[in-house]
Amino acid sequence: MLAYTFKRLLALIPTLLAASVLIFLFVHLIPGDPAAILLGDTATPEEIAELTHAMGLDRSLITQYFLWLGNVLQGDFGTSIFFRIPVLSVIADGAETSILLASMTMIWIMLIGIPIGILAATRHGSWVDQIASGGAMLFASIPTFWLGLYLILIFAVGLGWFPSSGFPSISDEGGLWNIRYLLLPSLTLAAPNAALIIRLVRASMLDVQREDHVRTARAKGLHPTKVAIRHVFRNAMISVAAAFGFTFAALISEAVVTETVFSLPGIGRLVVQSILRRDYPVIQGVILVIVCLYMIINLLVDLTYARLDPRVSLK
Amino acid sequence: MALLEVSNLSIAVAAGGKLLPVVQGISFQVEAGKTLGIVGESGCGKSLTSLAIMGLLEGSQVRIIGGTIHFNGQNMLTLSDKKRREIMGAEMAMIFQEPMTSLNPVYRVGDQIIEAIRQHKKQTKQQARARAIELLTLVRIPDAEKRIESYPHQLSGGMRQRVMIAMALACDPKLLIADEPTTALDVTVQARILELLKELQQQTGMAIVLISHDLGVIAETCDSVAVMYRGKFVEVAPSAELFSTVAHPYTSGLLSSIPVSDHEIDRLDAIPGRVPMLGEDVIGCAFHPRCNLAQECCSLKDPEEVSLTQTHFTRCHFPIGSNL
Ligand SMILES: Nc1ncnc2c1ncn2[C@@H]1O[C@H](COP(=O)(O)OP(=O)(O)OP(=O)(O)O)[C@@H](O)[C@H]1O
Ligand SMILES: [Mg+2]
Repeated sequence: MLAYTFKRLLALIPTLLAASVLIFLFVHLIPGDPAAILLGDTATPEEIAELTHAMGLDRSLITQYFLWLGNVLQGDFGTSIFFRIPVLSVIADGAETSILLASMTMIWIMLIGIPIGILAATRHGSWVDQIASGGAMLFASIPTFWLGLYLILIFAVGLGWFPSSGFPSISDEGGLWNIRYLLLPSLTLAAPNAALIIRLVRASMLDVQREDHVRTARAKGLHPTKVAIRHVFRNAMISVAAAFGFTFAALISEAVVTETVFSLPGIGRLVVQSILRRDYPVIQGVILVIVCLYMIINLLVDLTYARLDPRVSLK
Repeated sequence: MALLEVSNLSIAVAAGGKLLPVVQGISFQVEAGKTLGIVGESGCGKSLTSLAIMGLLEGSQVRIIGGTIHFNGQNMLTLSDKKRREIMGAEMAMIFQEPMTSLNPVYRVGDQIIEAIRQHKKQTKQQARARAIELLTLVRIPDAEKRIESYPHQLSGGMRQRVMIAMALACDPKLLIADEPTTALDVTVQARILELLKELQQQTGMAIVLISHDLGVIAETCDSVAVMYRGKFVEVAPSAELFSTVAHPYTSGLLSSIPVSDHEIDRLDAIPGRVPMLGEDVIGCAFHPRCNLAQECCSLKDPEEVSLTQTHFTRCHFPIGSNL
């Protein structure tokens, strides 16, 4: 297991290098001149040329790429053109919001998706199942921004139960209580993914239910609930875990939308704003971090998968 | 009263809005410590019968539509779910036709046996573990202490079926239902598993319902035999009597298709024709289209049960070797 993990981590290096080339090219192919945007409408062509030179943007793409890569390898992601502070501290500023948001979302997904999925599968065909499956279908197809706006409209504007936007750090005044700012965003983000998990848990439990070993479990005289959890769900978890990598990928893109709708100072909104500002170093840095994270999550998913299924051997 | 008494059991399968009868009014008894064999070709309703006795028919597709099942004096069909679960796996246990897939792939075989023990007996994990090792030794699994840690996929089919037997024996059942326990295994393993079952029966005194499509298997193991054709028992008799005085042409066909010594013959070739499809109506005796002794009345009227002796019954208008 350790050897396997190490091998997989090594294998990340070429993937990350390839990703870095793509990210760099993508970012530099966005039309628009960062110097011009930074200096505003009133800038003269000379000023723009000067700034372009100062930022190193007049060199060849290849030179720029290797300069950037060399610095990144030394842990220097460059300086934000907009904030004029190191990219890493810009990312760190957004990290608190994003990590808290992601954790809360994950908790919702588990708390909503798994029990309802199990319930729908064990009551297969009943009204409980129909409501759960219908609800799941509905929430899986509602666009994130639309759900977010409606939640704001109802619970923040209408009922006034929750703040509608922003997020003061939990180290600011209000402390841990500030996570109430993240309640609506995390629910928004969780909804489509929880819906996905409901359908996944339900479908794979129904598949497992037909397997012979479930009959063996019933023949032991186990209570149906025990059979459902210990035997059916435990086997269904294998395919649910395998699909979790996809959920995470979906989560990242939906987080960008959600953070924008709720004006959260997270990494998702940072990406959008940085693209608008042509803040190349920040865009590159953030995307690289997300790619890394994605690959690590996938490694974790594979390790979990192997733990869940003794038939899988890691090589 | 016998340990197991099944009377007039009928089971139907729901298909296309209709209830198709699959098992039709079968009756039999199993005394404590005895073995009843049920033989019949594939699809005649053997598994459904055994699942019905065990209380494992499930879903809206398959349903018991008539008859009673008494086990140990209790009516299994009217018992509460809770009471029935107390019997399942404890007093009555079952091994299945598919050893490769009947164990849960994600748990160690030891834990699966321990689960069966602890479901019915107040035992600590250590006690149950010791018992599981004892059971694995009992079913002749070498290195039981080590094997208890194996996952099902690490064992061969024969070993898995032994584990299933060990699990079934976990709580010393009074009745073991073995649904084609050896069909999926190769011939040498088959013989060993059957031998094992016989030995275990001698040690524990349990009754066995042994289901097979191979009359040869039944001949060696059972006290009495029921021959099933298309959901009905066409002949029931003590083993010795059945083999000495076959009455039903179908039984006779099955007998002549027992492979002689070690060169096998295709057993479906022995009886011409095929089993009618589920829901396919046959007027008269269900076997008459394949029967070489059939006469006109066989295609008109379904034969009633006739008793040849006190213990020997058949459903045939013209039983072999009788002057009826
Ligand atoms: N769940 C089900 N739904 C629909 N039809 C079924 C179901 N289970 C069994 N049947 C049908 O009932 C009939 C009897 O099935 P059963 O499994 O009892 O046969 P069997 O005698 O055990 O055969 P085999 O020797 O192949 O195991 C078959 O025609 C089968 O197709
Ligand atoms: Mg069967």
